[in-house]
Parts: sequence; structure tokens; C-alpha cells
Amino acid sequence: MNSLAFQKIYTKLSNITKATVTLKASGVGYDELATVDGRLAQVVKIVRDEITLQIFSGTEGIPTNAEVVFLAHPPQLKVSDELCGRFFNAYGDPIDGGPEVEGEIRDIGSPSVNPVRRKQPSELIATGIAGIDLNNTLVSGQKIPFFADPDQPYNQVMANVALRAKADKIILGGMGLTNDDYLYFKHLFENAGELERIVSFVNTTENPPVERILVPDMALTAAEYFAVDKNESVLVLLTDMSLFADALSIVSNRMDQIPSKDSMPGSLYSDLARIYEKAVQFPSGGSITIIAVTTLSGGDITHAIPDNTGYITEGQLFLRRDSEIGKVIVDPFRSLSRLKQLVIGKKTRADHPQVMNASIRLYADAANARTKLENGFDLTNYDERTLDFAKEYSDKLLAIDVNVDTDTMLNICWDLLGKYFSKAETGIRQEFVDQYWKGK
Amino acid sequence: MTTGTVAGIVSNLVTVKVEGPVAQNEICFIIHNNERLMAEVIKVTGENAFVQVFESTRGLRVGAKVEFQGHMLEVTLGPGILSRNYDGLQNDLDKMDGIFLERGNYTDPLNREAKWHFKPLAKVGEAVTAGSWLGEVIENIIPHKIMLPFKMEKRYIIKSLAPEGDYTVDETVAVVVDDENKEIPITMVQKWPVKMAVGAYIDKPRPFRLLETGVRCIDTLNPITEGGTGFIPGPFGTGKTVLQHAISKQAEADVVIIAACGERANEVVEIFTEFPELDDPRTGRKLIERTTIIANTSNMPVAAREASVYTAMTLGEYYRAMGLKVLLMADSTSRWAQALREMSNRLEELPGPDAFPMDLSAVISNFYSRAGIVNLANGSTGSITFIGTVSPAGGNLKEPVTEGTRKAARCFYGLSQDRADSKRYPAIDPIDSYSKYLEYAEVQENLKEKLGESWLESVTKAKDRLLRGKEAMEQINILGDDGVPIEFHERYWKSELIDFIILQQDAFDNIDASTPLDRQQYMLDSVLKVTDSSFNFVNFEEVGRFFKELINYYKQMNYSEYKSEKFVSLEAEIRKHLAERMN
Repeated sequence: MNSLAFQKIYTKLSNITKATVTLKASGVGYDELATVDGRLAQVVKIVRDEITLQIFSGTEGIPTNAEVVFLAHPPQLKVSDELCGRFFNAYGDPIDGGPEVEGEIRDIGSPSVNPVRRKQPSELIATGIAGIDLNNTLVSGQKIPFFADPDQPYNQVMANVALRAKADKIILGGMGLTNDDYLYFKHLFENAGELERIVSFVNTTENPPVERILVPDMALTAAEYFAVDKNESVLVLLTDMSLFADALSIVSNRMDQIPSKDSMPGSLYSDLARIYEKAVQFPSGGSITIIAVTTLSGGDITHAIPDNTGYITEGQLFLRRDSEIGKVIVDPFRSLSRLKQLVIGKKTRADHPQVMNASIRLYADAANARTKLENGFDLTNYDERTLDFAKEYSDKLLAIDVNVDTDTMLNICWDLLGKYFSKAETGIRQEFVDQYWKGK
Repeated sequence: MTTGTVAGIVSNLVTVKVEGPVAQNEICFIIHNNERLMAEVIKVTGENAFVQVFESTRGLRVGAKVEFQGHMLEVTLGPGILSRNYDGLQNDLDKMDGIFLERGNYTDPLNREAKWHFKPLAKVGEAVTAGSWLGEVIENIIPHKIMLPFKMEKRYIIKSLAPEGDYTVDETVAVVVDDENKEIPITMVQKWPVKMAVGAYIDKPRPFRLLETGVRCIDTLNPITEGGTGFIPGPFGTGKTVLQHAISKQAEADVVIIAACGERANEVVEIFTEFPELDDPRTGRKLIERTTIIANTSNMPVAAREASVYTAMTLGEYYRAMGLKVLLMADSTSRWAQALREMSNRLEELPGPDAFPMDLSAVISNFYSRAGIVNLANGSTGSITFIGTVSPAGGNLKEPVTEGTRKAARCFYGLSQDRADSKRYPAIDPIDSYSKYLEYAEVQENLKEKLGESWLESVTKAKDRLLRGKEAMEQINILGDDGVPIEFHERYWKSELIDFIILQQDAFDNIDASTPLDRQQYMLDSVLKVTDSSFNFVNFEEVGRFFKELINYYKQMNYSEYKSEKFVSLEAEIRKHLAERMN
């Protein structure tokens, strides 16, 4: 970020806060980048000739006579196939010791796709995990987060999903990753021998938090290059979007904006939507699918971050430890993939929707039976059967270590339904019962 | 024309130093390099006008020229609006080049070359006022009235009318003279500011006619009326959008306008993809032919999102003035409220509850009040039935948008998380939801006429049974299966029968998705006959088993063609099944 020749250098700051500096300057564009004593900053407010800059890495040690140079462009990324296999920081600079990437310069945060130029998503993404493929099927062009408590293995599950999904490119946007998690992803990708189809933009806990704001846009600019220019299917992993939202609230707080719910900025919905809505299926075959992580505090989904996210994304996946079988499962009640209707029973076997719903309903009956048991009531024969069913269903299908194809999952369901229930108790449509019923 | 220069920028709020007069809500264009960015005045202080820009302000500089337009945000009204896909500012999205929505790209909402077959309806020498029907063209299948523009406030005499024939929208089809004998040529196109309600009607009576939606738990339990208002609040994942789509596909409306306001783009794409394929049972044509979509998805600029609901409402008012039944759906009004909040926040106004602007509730009421059934000057009626969804933050119905909407809308279809979790769709809570229209004497009259004298009684009975079933379930949960008399189980299972057969409906099944009124009546009668009967059970386990089987038969019935062979044979099975246990 060296200054060019004949570029005007300003050296008089009139105002310094924790995150911003203000100075008098002319001919400056909104959203434009600048450097303040070499630190990257962005124009966030212009009032006549007074320019307010937000310094990504904070203002610690910035003097009033700091050198300010305006770069006359918004944050940018150089895109080309050279991005593959590389690791970058939030500014798009390499952090893996490799050379600078050459390529076409693109402004990050591009305009939105014209909705009439989109195609309805219809390609199933198989992950082998029944809690996803059977009950919450993913579709390319979808955006879906894991809602998880910080102690759950969401990054592992997400990495597994990514590697098993048949995407042309995987783009990792890491925000506030611990160094350990960063190394986990790095080793996993290297060991899988898949590095060539992976691009990573990483902001770790060691980096300044405000930098994180750039990560999703960097990742998605790279994704758009592969999806639009190369017609490839791209899977974008964003973890952890709660830390991204926290960074937004820091900035808005320092700019004296009035906070709305949970101290979040009033624009949180739009800010998150701008990112998630980059998920798209193009008619040309290119697609961007976003799988994100939103960490919860104490499982509270009414907090502004998961709440706004839930209204934007096409469903959410919940992980839960099932103490009955001692494994982590994909919670069938609270998880939802909104786009599954586009593929189940169409790209999968016709009995899929009915079998899925019947199994979940019976699994819910088991939860009621468990409540009864805990309250000290006698169980009916039906209650006991649901409990046995639930345990086996959990173990053979919901657990995250399952890796089978969808037909097998459906067959396992029919086995279990036939083993524990009568035809009427399942309430499945007659034509499917006639075809697949395995019990008495 | 007033001009100005940009003096300050914070996100999409721009301060403009104005040279000359400027009006609140006036539209202006900011000239940035080769782009013209549209904006709206939202506050004036001294010589500074604060404008909200409908586009990204990236790269904009102080000193940029601004041109004020002398009018508020307007929509263009004329034949060719149906089956269009517009953004919140009525740009035709299909006319835009490229994959991305480049800023400063505005397109004409109408087709200026297409010829329409015009038939005069009025006569030379007739006196006309705003909204008077001068002639008619057929738009897809809709008789589209060419009216005296709404902005013409006086009384005029028709001097000449074009003969029947083919004209473009810009050709003169009539000439009228005002009281000063000034001649005014009339084309098929007119403009109207979206934030003002179109007045062209005599009065707005109370809604009195049922509007069929094909959704059982609306039509049967809490019906909405033609010209009525309703809202659907629900936490995410409870099926708001699926329900809205079902209503817009099935409701008996002449024109459907869908405002996708700050929602998911893929949901809009679903409408784009499905509606051109779907047959319209009422006309035998395709649904898209009577539908207009306003797509301002969540990633599109926030100021245009605020405008989108007004754009939709104004298009609705235009078709209502033609004597048509318009159904207007907005998904979701919470996103609109959030757009208001974002701007209020940038203007540094003192915030109300949850940082929303203080006048939120008034703004919502005012918007809902634009719906309604109207008597037109020529004796016909037209209506806008408005249903909005609300996305309450954290699923909490005490938040400002839900509270504000509750005061304005007459029907409440609350979606329940519990029902959605147990996959009981549509997840409309049968006990909390209401329709104020059921209390209207004129609506009761209309229902009796359509469905017989005893209908209202049956509906009340069904609601009663549901409530008693819920109470019985609570008792069973507290005292245990054995701790209550068998009768409690029977009561609970009878309510489950109503729940499974009347309330639950499979929106993805071809037959079950939409239930005509006569079938709804038939099924309710049939189910209530069961709940009125008394049965003979030895223990509570028998009750559950018996009713589960019964529900299963009834469900197969819901999946079968009405009165088909299969339907009739299932009915026979049910009779046999009932006879085993009936007293």
C-alpha cells in the first residue's frame, strides 16, 4: 500500500476516537480507502470538507500529524485462478508466505444479482449425513447457517460437508477464528489433497476485530469470480458470523449510532442480507452456496444475530448432543432446510417427503413419552415403542458420523418404521406403504 | 428546476445544499460521473435537504450536482403492468441488462410500442371526473379500464373519443375540456405519487363478502373478506411464505400483486418460476397473467425497500378503480419497518421502542387503511384485500411492528412455533388467531347465504372443541394417562381429529393444497358429526388407537379428489370404523 507519486499527503487530523480519525480533505469519494500512517482505513462519513475515516486496525498510537493518503478506490481484490490453494488475510494479502496474486482488480461488495437473472435452485448437495440429506436436504444456491453453541463441533461438521459436497471451489471466510481452528482447517484441506480447489480468507483472534468486516465480501468476490466468470459451483464457508456482527456493532457504536435490539446496529438485517443473498444459482450453471456458522450464547435463538439470520437464510441446522446414544446429532426438530422441497421426492425417491415427515413425527412422540417418563407416569406400549424407535433412529440416521446415500437412508427408515409401528401409526400414503412396507 | 450540490454523505443519507425551493418527498437525481442516482428528500433544514439515495453511494463526492424533479416518487399506470416483474421503484427488471443490478439503471415500466385494442366506454359530451372509465383494453384476460387520470381534480366534458382500434399507450384516446374550455388530451398512461392514497371512489363501506382462499383454517375458522385486511406474524421457519404463496395462488381475486419486500431472492425466483407454469383455476389461463410482482429483495437498497410497499399499494388502487378484486400481499412488512428504522437512525431522530421511529404505528395504520372495498361513481365496486406478514424479532409478538399492525389489521393469523415444530402446517394457531369480520352482521349474513344457517354455529363448535381438547391435554399431562377419566382422552382425540383433518393442510399436495368452500363445509360437517357422537372404550389406549386409524382414513380422504370413487369408498370405511365403537 505504498503511496503513488504526486499523491496528496494530508498531515493534520482534527479528531481521533478509538476507531476513527477526522481530517479536512477534498475530492474524496464515499467508501474510498486511505492509509493513515500506513494503516488501512475507509471513508465512512463526509460532511463538506471533513472526512471521517475508520481505521480497521484501530487508532492506538496514531498522532495528530499522521500521514493520510487517499487511494481513490474502495476495497479491492485481484481475482484469477492463482487464488486457488492460497491463504489470505482480510485485506486479500497472502499470509501463507507465497507470492502476490496477479489478476483482474475487482471492487468488493458488488451490486446484487437481478432476481430475474437467477435460476431456481434445483441441484441437491449430498453430504452423506442423514440429519442433513434426509431431513434437511441442501440445495446448491442455498444459504444456511449452523446455529451452534461455542462448544459444539460445528467447524468439523462444516469442513466435512464441504469436502464431501461436489463443489468445484470451496472458499473459506474465517472471522475471529482461533489460531488452532485456522490450523485445523489448513491441515484438513492439505491432508485431503484438495488444496487446489480451496481459497481461504482468514481473520484470526490475533487480528484486529474490525478487519473482520471485510472477510465475507472478500470471500464472496472470489466466489463470484469462479461462479460468474468460470461457471463453477462454489461453496462458501463463513465462520463465525456472530463475530462478524459483533464487529459491526463495535463500528456503529463508535460512530455514535443508536443501537437497536441487543446493542446491534439498526441495519443488522440489511448488513447480513447483503452477504447471504450472494448465494445464487445462475442459469449458466455457476452457483454460490453459503454455509455459515452463527454461534449462540446459551442456545438463545431470540438474540438479534441468530434471529435476523434466521429470517434471511434458507433454514438453519442445529447440532445437539444426544445423551441416549452419546453422539452429536443434527436436531430434527429445530433444523430446517427451506429449499428441500425443491429436491426431495423429485431428485430423490418419491417416498422421501412422506417417510421423512412420518419419522420425525414419531420421533416427536418419543420426546413426549420421555417427558411422561420423567414426570413419573406409566408408559403405554406405544410410548415404549416410540422410545426404542427414537434411539435407533438417532443412532443409525441422525448422528453426524453417518455417511451413506439417500436411498439407503430411506431404506433404514422403512426398516425402523416396520420394526416398531403398524401401517396406520405411520400415516404414510397408501401407495408408498404398498411399495416399501417391510413390517407386518 | 431546482438544483443543488452534495455537501455530505453518510451511507445512503446525503446532504444536499439546495439553490431554490424544494418539497418534502421530492425526487432528485445526483449526478455522479456518468451515473444518475435517484433519491428522495426526507428532511429539509435551512438550505440543506437530506435525501435518501435509492442506490449505493460508493465513490460519491462532495460537490456532485443534484437535479430536483419537482414531483414525488411516482408510478406509471397503464395497460401492461400485469405479469411484469418490477423492483421497488417500478423499474422493469426484465429490461435491465446484465446479471447484476448496476446502479443508475432505470427502465420503463410499460411497453411503449405495444398496441392495445381500445374500445370506448364513455360518450362524447359526457361529464367525467378522476377515475371515470373512458374506454377499455383487454390486458391479458383482464378488462383494463382507461380512466380519466387520478390527478385531474375538476369536472370535465368529453370532447372527443378515439374510435375502437389499436393504439399504443402514448396515443391520445380522448380529449376532454375543463370549465375554462381548455382542451386536455388523454392517453392510456398516467402517473400517481405512491405515498398518496388514490381517492377516485364514492365511499368505502365495511367489508361484507367472504374472500375464498382455499386454506381451510382461514376460510372455515377465521375468514377474510373482500377488501379486508389481515396479517400473519410468525417466527422464522413457521411457514409464513408458504402460506402467503398458497393464498396468492388460490384466492378468488382478479388481480394479485405480490410485494416481496426485503425478503429472500430465491423465494421471488420461486414465484417467477412457478406462476407462469401454474394454471389459474378461475380463468383456465396461467396465474402470471393476472399477477404483478414487486421484487425488492433484502440485498437491494434499503430506501427502495421502503418505497416498494407503496408502489404495490398504488398499483392495487389503480386496478381497484377499474372495479376489480385485487389481492395485495406484502412479505414482509417488518422489513419495511426496518427500512424506516435505518433512515430514522441516520437522521439521528430520537428513537421510539426498539429504536423504531416514534410514528411507526401511525405509518402502519395509515398504510393498512388504503385497502378496502369501494363503491365507484358508476355503481360498480372494487376492492383491495391486503395481507401482510410480520417477522417479529425473536418471535416475540410484543414487539413494535406486531403491536402496531395488530391495531390496524382486522384478521390475525398467528403462526405458532410449537405447531411448526411438530410439522402441523399451516401453523396458524387455531386458538389465538381471530377474524374480526366474523362479528360483522353483514359478513354473518353473507356466510349464512353461502353456507347455510347453521354454519356459524358449526364454526363456533369446532373452535370450542379445539379449546376443550387443549384443556383435556393439559389435564392429561398433569395427572397422567391413568389419572383422568377416559372421557378426557376422547375429548382430546376429538380435537386432534379436527386439527389433523380441518386445520392441517398439505400445501405441496395437488389436491389437498386448495379446498373449495363446498368441500370445506362437507368435511367440517362430517368431522363434527364424529365429535358429536359418543363412543364406547374400555381403556384410554383404545381411544388413541381408534382415533389414529380414523384420522388416517380422513387424511387419505383429503388427498383424494372430492366425491371421487376413492373418496366415497373411504367414507364407507369410516362409517364402518365408527360403527364398531359408536354408542
